[in-house]
Amino acid sequence: MRMKGAEVLLRCLKEEGVEVIFGYPGGAVLPIYDALYSSEVKHVLVRHEQGAAHAADAYARVSGKVGVCLATSGPGATNLVTGIATAYMDSVPLVAFTGQVATHLIGRDAFQEADITGITLPITKHNYLVKRSEDLVRIIKEAFYIARTNRPGPVVVDLPRDIMEREMEFNGYPEEVNLRGYRVLKSCNMGQVLLAVEAIRQAERPVIYAGGGVISSGASEVLQELAIKMKIPVATTLMGIGCFPETHYLSLGMLGMHGTRYANYAVSESDLIIAVGVRFDDRVTGKITSFAPHAKVIHIDIDAAEIGKNFGVDIPIVGDVKQVLEEIVPRLEPREKFSEWHRVIDRWKEEFPLTYSESREPGRIKPQYVVEQIYYATQGNAIITTEVGQNQMWASQFYKFTRPRTFITSGGLGTMGFGLPAAIGAKIARPDMTVIDIAGDGSIQMNIQELCTAVEQRLPIVICILNNQYLGMVRQWQELFFGGRYSYTDISLQPDFVKLAEAYGAIGMRVKEAQDVAPALREAFSVTDRPVVIDFWVEREANVFPMVPPGESLYNMLGGEE
Amino acid sequence: MKHTLSVVVENHPGVLARVATLFRRRGYNIDSLAVGRTENPAVSRMTIVVEGDDVVIEQVTKQLHKLVETIKIYDITDQPTVDRELVLIKVKADAQARSEIIQIVDVFRGRIVDIGPNSLIIEATGDTGKIDAIEASLRPFGILELVRTGKVSMLRGAR
Repeated sequence: MRMKGAEVLLRCLKEEGVEVIFGYPGGAVLPIYDALYSSEVKHVLVRHEQGAAHAADAYARVSGKVGVCLATSGPGATNLVTGIATAYMDSVPLVAFTGQVATHLIGRDAFQEADITGITLPITKHNYLVKRSEDLVRIIKEAFYIARTNRPGPVVVDLPRDIMEREMEFNGYPEEVNLRGYRVLKSCNMGQVLLAVEAIRQAERPVIYAGGGVISSGASEVLQELAIKMKIPVATTLMGIGCFPETHYLSLGMLGMHGTRYANYAVSESDLIIAVGVRFDDRVTGKITSFAPHAKVIHIDIDAAEIGKNFGVDIPIVGDVKQVLEEIVPRLEPREKFSEWHRVIDRWKEEFPLTYSESREPGRIKPQYVVEQIYYATQGNAIITTEVGQNQMWASQFYKFTRPRTFITSGGLGTMGFGLPAAIGAKIARPDMTVIDIAGDGSIQMNIQELCTAVEQRLPIVICILNNQYLGMVRQWQELFFGGRYSYTDISLQPDFVKLAEAYGAIGMRVKEAQDVAPALREAFSVTDRPVVIDFWVEREANVFPMVPPGESLYNMLGGEE
Repeated sequence: MKHTLSVVVENHPGVLARVATLFRRRGYNIDSLAVGRTENPAVSRMTIVVEGDDVVIEQVTKQLHKLVETIKIYDITDQPTVDRELVLIKVKADAQARSEIIQIVDVFRGRIVDIGPNSLIIEATGDTGKIDAIEASLRPFGILELVRTGKVSMLRGAR
């Protein structure tokens, strides 16, 4: 069948089961937009391409499918870069289509030309420039396959305008992919599995250290089975939040720089670390040479290159986390009793709970209180996206996550401006769920134009700005490590967020008193047809505690309570 | 320590850039890199000499494996191999120096491939040690230009 390249592209997307594309039109992608005009694939028009990448990324994180975004050549494509890098660092399956100038113009510095495959080389799992019509279908198939298999990641497909315009033969979508250098890992080393089983049997002070890999491989249930069967406490990374219910007795919450004291102490005192789908990020381990000094370490990861990259381990197991755990768990006999180890942890939990004091400033609320109230109002039954900074850490500390794919945050790259477009992607993936963006006043201004997208899509997402009129996390570091010299972190000059929300067609609210927090949230959650922005005036110099200073060991935490 | 990796990759445009980007981004030190087509025109072979301890080499290898277009990687550092490098050296050579240079080239089994009014171009192949030696021997005459291919290696025997 003869069709235009753009029509072939959309046929392929349909075959892949793509339901929604987040994008922004431009000259080089006009043929694609023309084909979209009469296509069944839903297109969400964002207001900045970065928003498209983040929305597609969050759609993928929430749904478990591949997220898709589309931008034009040159500036459109380069505006995706931050979003692509974000997805790369957090191992999110994303396919980004970019327009490109016509093939005969490539390399001539044509209008709106950028070498996007060159630019995205270090931040993609793979990328393609389609130079011949006959390669188009194969490349699309490969792009989706690579994005979602093994360790997921973003793939860029650069589409020259003439290839999208020209008619070509479409002979159906291939069933199989033939990439001899890329094989999907199907099994793991059983010898290593047995070693791990033995180590778990013998451990007296074990801790599970679970990360984003648990969520992306769908291993939450089997991980819970392991923890509960063997009575092993579970600490998660920021990316792993939700893979184990934080309301469970065995939950230690998050570990690392802003983790709980008891998680960090447990890791430091443990005799066995079961590291699952993690990459020993410096924000987690603190000073690497003093991480888990007494422990034997099992490391399970699908990416062989992660094993031994930052930290030497005793029992490496390369494999899909879910498959490996499914091999391990049935080989273990349940542990009957809680041990001395649990009593030690209980004492730490009692002695060093996550807590905060009353606000010292009249007319200002404690940010932690707002997060707690959001938790009470939703009963933990919501998807929380965050911006980056203090808001993100308070969200991770004071909201109790019980299910995977409900905490959507930029972990690896720490991308300010992520939360609002992510909330849009999340709500589109799960319209049945309450979606809340916990934001900072600095971060929210990085992609606030996406309010327009949310209004246009009639998405009732709730944006809770923890407004301290500072770039709070940077200010906190300046307070602690730079003698209180607040160099350019005071952002008291701000737009009126209530009026700004209204200007976009959203609902704006302002809350300055603690007693008004819960009623405001209730009111916001009753809105069904548009976004709500709540501007919470929070204590200006509240800090995120506890904290491991950069480069210190997990033992040396600052601040028990804020 | 220097390691020699023999890397089989798809013969696609841009593969060299992917490999080079990977080394640059992760801060690995490439000592030499030679690339060309193999007996199968769809496949290229890279011989990469990289400096680093075992941990670094393990990371390099694992990261290279992750590239979609990498087909196979062999660390042939401790294997029996035939190693060759080609060098072209343009050396200053007036009438007096010529005979002496020709003698040196003979000793190294090199060849004179061009004669100019005041210079000679010498071609030599051999392992890295031999190439270093001929370069050192000719240096006193004045080397005008020098180009080396980087090392290519092949395992001996059936493999």
